[in-house]
Amino acid sequence: MTEQEKNSVVQCDACPVRCRIKFGRAGACDRYANLDGELARVDPLVIVERAKKDGEKLIPFLSKEHEWSGDIVVADQHFVTAVGAGTTYPDYKPAPFIVSSEVNGIDMVTVVTEGIFSYCGVKIKIDTDRHLGHEQATVRCEGEAVGHVTTGEYGSQMLSLGGVEHLTGGSKKEGRVTCQCLLDLCNGQAVTLNVDDGVEIVVQAGQPPIINGVKEERMRVGCGSATIGMFAKQWRDHVDDVVVVDDHITGVMSEHQAGKLLDVEPSGIVIKGRRSTPGRYFQVASPGTGWGGTDIDDPLSILGDFKEKEAKPGQSLLMVSTTGEHFGYFELDDTLKPVEKELPDELKASVMRIQENCEPAMCSVMFIGGAGGSLRAGVTENPVKLTKSVKDTLTHVTSGGADVFIWPGGGITYMVDVTTMPENSFGYVPTPALVAPIEFSMRLDDYQALGGHMDSVQKLEDVLAATKIRQVGQNQEASWPMASKHYEWGPEG
Amino acid sequence: MYQHHSAQLPDGKRLHLQQGPIDLIIAAEGTETEVQKAFEQANLVFDGLLARLVLDLGALRSPYSADLLVHGDVAQRMVRAVAPFASQFVTPMAAVAGSVADHVCQHICKTCDLTKLYVNNGGDIALFLASGESYRVGLVADVEQPDLNGTIDITADQGIGGIASSGWKGRSHSFGIADTVTVLADCAAEADVAATLIANAVNLPACDKITRQPAHSLDLDSDLGERLVTVDVKRLSADEVEEALSAGEAQAQEYLAQGLIKACALTLQGSTRVVGTMCLPTILQSTQLNQLEGAQL
Repeated sequence: MTEQEKNSVVQCDACPVRCRIKFGRAGACDRYANLDGELARVDPLVIVERAKKDGEKLIPFLSKEHEWSGDIVVADQHFVTAVGAGTTYPDYKPAPFIVSSEVNGIDMVTVVTEGIFSYCGVKIKIDTDRHLGHEQATVRCEGEAVGHVTTGEYGSQMLSLGGVEHLTGGSKKEGRVTCQCLLDLCNGQAVTLNVDDGVEIVVQAGQPPIINGVKEERMRVGCGSATIGMFAKQWRDHVDDVVVVDDHITGVMSEHQAGKLLDVEPSGIVIKGRRSTPGRYFQVASPGTGWGGTDIDDPLSILGDFKEKEAKPGQSLLMVSTTGEHFGYFELDDTLKPVEKELPDELKASVMRIQENCEPAMCSVMFIGGAGGSLRAGVTENPVKLTKSVKDTLTHVTSGGADVFIWPGGGITYMVDVTTMPENSFGYVPTPALVAPIEFSMRLDDYQALGGHMDSVQKLEDVLAATKIRQVGQNQEASWPMASKHYEWGPEG
Repeated sequence: MYQHHSAQLPDGKRLHLQQGPIDLIIAAEGTETEVQKAFEQANLVFDGLLARLVLDLGALRSPYSADLLVHGDVAQRMVRAVAPFASQFVTPMAAVAGSVADHVCQHICKTCDLTKLYVNNGGDIALFLASGESYRVGLVADVEQPDLNGTIDITADQGIGGIASSGWKGRSHSFGIADTVTVLADCAAEADVAATLIANAVNLPACDKITRQPAHSLDLDSDLGERLVTVDVKRLSADEVEEALSAGEAQAQEYLAQGLIKACALTLQGSTRVVGTMCLPTILQSTQLNQLEGAQL
């Protein structure tokens, strides 16, 4: 230690005490220390000299990569996830980590393994009304088929990617590209996909979709008919008629039940398209990326000539899309032709209201995989007992510590929102197959009862003492894997 | 939003509050509504507590004198707590952890209807027990090798409101060599001061197996200034251990006679003495250790 180092004192500003910390010493909290003349955060109750001696990790104070959240690590809050645990495929050996810890006086065991999933895939929900491609259309990545467009949901389009047919059932390249595509999506990366006879779309978990180069901002507020129902009262006094353009159902206020109830007069409007019920039209145009998920840029193209009997010169018309993103205001001239005018302020407010009520568009990526017989054998000598234990809620399944949904029926098929898992939780093997973390937590005696590998159980402290541990904060929205509420024997069981 | 960290622990029964060097684990028992209310009140009373304490820090770091002037609630508690012990050198900082625990505990008791409550401030614990209730408290003899070495059962009728521990390996510096001195008293602040002073008394002033350094060479802001504090203790002979423990025990007996403490356990290199007949600790076998509930020192 040089004389200068000895004299170097760091003033900590992490709390109001503002300790002046000498070289190599920790402040009053034992959380911040003077490490080589720099303020550093150290693990609770680990002083710098001891930490340096033992090679324990030190987190630089407010470095760009690891901004500290302010949380401390409390001993009984550790949960070992399977991320990076490795696997013992084909799993005739016990899982890599079988960890015990005590929670509220009950000895708990977590069996931690990384499963190799050749039967796996992702379901992607894309919040948009824009037409991405026809149902069943092939979805490609780098030209290879990786999945298809599946049944759409309200306000969203759905893709189903991966699965054995693409991973191992096609060409070698198809398998490799599918595996990389799933891996990137699960690890939160952006992936560009092309739909046959449809769009190019960039999908990233937790981010808005980018469709044909345009970022989607909002989900629609409802279909055209629903929009009429929601807003007719606000329009009634300010405009003679309203058309809400939508690829699914285009709504017309003067003909719609909602307009009739408000005594809106017939406007003589004629919509090109197939009338479903009064004021509701299917197929006013082809699907596309224009107004309300149709292919139109000029809204007047869906209108026929106004009926002379009912329409009057000067009559006003608002045309708007289901997101409020597109709108136009028209007045009929003496020949009953609509002429575009500036949108009056009262109507502007209602268009804004539609926009406000549209939720931000997002892509969500759910990983789906099944824990096979061999993976289960790494947990217990009698694999079917593990399935039964999960169904009986004696065993709680998590993936990277995140909550999962377990499908009813046979096997352990689970689904997990990849954004709730620690970063880079997924890996792959050249089979090709995805490697995903999976943890089974249960009481020690339940583990014994299902034929667990009791000789392989390690204490939590021993695992934490291992050198290559990556500690992450718990996802605030996820529940704690060891919470008793998950178990049959817990308070709500 | 608070300046401090606040989180309920996964069991849903305990609240963790932390800011700077203050770490509180608060466990309340009662109806669900009252427990939630207790946690809300804990957050309210903890909000800004450290910032107010820091305003008085200069005075709190000076040796006690009757005319010491401090302003904050917690600071005044600290000064009151050290007053009965001031026949020897002591600064109000000896009561800081216990005073914070008492302040939070008493505020919650005033505002909520609970059956049991403890506020554990890094081992210095303020507690409340309604009639008929009890706590089992774990004892750790050596903070560097934390293991539960015994338990104490505390019942409501004993009138114990505070538990505190001190030793040279702990967070604060000690003049003595005790591994741990644990004190039970009326409140956590008094227990804190007594534990500090009894741990100081467990000592062998002329022994060359003890390494000492001026406190300010370790911590520029130490209230102990240039006084020598213990930084290393080599293996002592059985006679040396007994001599040091006896010195500490004498100090503890004096406080017991004055009614300042209710009981005390002193540990040095594997030997333990107990002062006061109330709540004799049970020394546990290692197999029983996982069965504990309640606070752990």
